[in-house]
Amino acid sequence: MSEQADAVDLVDLLSVEGEDLAAAWVREVSGSLGRRVSAAELERELRELYEALVEALRQDAVDVHSEQMSEVRALLTELSRSRARKGFSPTETAISVFALKRVLEPVLRKGSSESVHAYLQLSRLLDELGLFTIETYTQTRDALITAQAEQLLELSTPVVRLWDGVIAVPLVGTLDSARTQVVMEKLLQALVDTGSEQAIIDITGVPAVDTQVAQHLLKTIVAARLMGAECTVSGISPQIAQTIVALGIEFEGIATKASLADALKLALRRSGVDLVAHRDGLR
Amino acid sequence: MHPVERNGDVVHIRQAIRALAQEGGLSLVDQTKMITAASELARNTLIYGGGGVVRAGAVAKDDRRGVGAVFEDSGPGIADVAQAMTDGWTSGTGMGLGLSGSRRLVDEFDLRTTPGEGTTVTIIKWAR
Repeated sequence: MSEQADAVDLVDLLSVEGEDLAAAWVREVSGSLGRRVSAAELERELRELYEALVEALRQDAVDVHSEQMSEVRALLTELSRSRARKGFSPTETAISVFALKRVLEPVLRKGSSESVHAYLQLSRLLDELGLFTIETYTQTRDALITAQAEQLLELSTPVVRLWDGVIAVPLVGTLDSARTQVVMEKLLQALVDTGSEQAIIDITGVPAVDTQVAQHLLKTIVAARLMGAECTVSGISPQIAQTIVALGIEFEGIATKASLADALKLALRRSGVDLVAHRDGLR
Repeated sequence: MHPVERNGDVVHIRQAIRALAQEGGLSLVDQTKMITAASELARNTLIYGGGGVVRAGAVAKDDRRGVGAVFEDSGPGIADVAQAMTDGWTSGTGMGLGLSGSRRLVDEFDLRTTPGEGTTVTIIKWAR
């Protein structure tokens, strides 16, 4: 049996009942997806895919990566991307492809040995297409996660103004190179924008300070100093203090305070502001 | 067993060690010390060892219990261990305190290295 004959068999298998097969496919898939994809949309997606697949097989496509399959790949990519964005599971995404196998099963029952052979071949092709779908799905999810991580990077580093000439950056979570870079840029820009001469870096929300975090902090402080601003590091917990000592990191010449309140008091004193407490309080 | 292939993996290892240290009954200070040491060594595995694996778990010896971790890479190894263990010396761009500092943060520290074959560092922090 030549390659050519095989291809014709595959096309026969898919087009023997013509329109019926595509409709059965849509029914099979819509049963598993519920109402989260509209019937009309699913119908359109699968019919396009079906036609592209028949066309590809007619042109003797041998596997999922062959030239003739490019239209099928494009449609599948679009389908899995849309599923991934809508929050479908990988199973719910791949079922769109695998359901076609189930639809074709009745053909086997009445079929000859040639059609069994053709079915197996098509089945192998559909497996590849299913895997391709899952791969695209995963890529899309990965891209989403990367985008979210970048958003998080932006969100998690606010620079707040505590007083005239005093700004603060409350750091929360893990400090890696990328985040520290963002923190440093934001802090330096805020120093310029607000004309502040006092900056407080609060690390209450940083669970551990290792040498990399310390190095990033020190660089930020030196950069701020070059711009004529004084930095205070606040929120150093007892356990972080002991860890820093054991590691051997020196914060020489840098003001550090246990709490943000203490750091603010220091910053105010340095900028010449006196805080006066009234015995009776202000009414 | 945790792979160390990317920067994000160091964070995962830190979280795994934190969970183990909490389960193992380490004090808050000891937890922080163990996590920081793991962070340093995992980063060394990544940067200087070119990636590797970390195994971590609860350990027990006699009637002491604690948390242990093994950092293994098949990178270039360390030619001069004494120099590498010196405060402030680095072959890279760091502070040069990671290796020597980690030793001070934990109770047991074992470094085995063969130039050209790789480096394995084992650390243990006992619960008090």
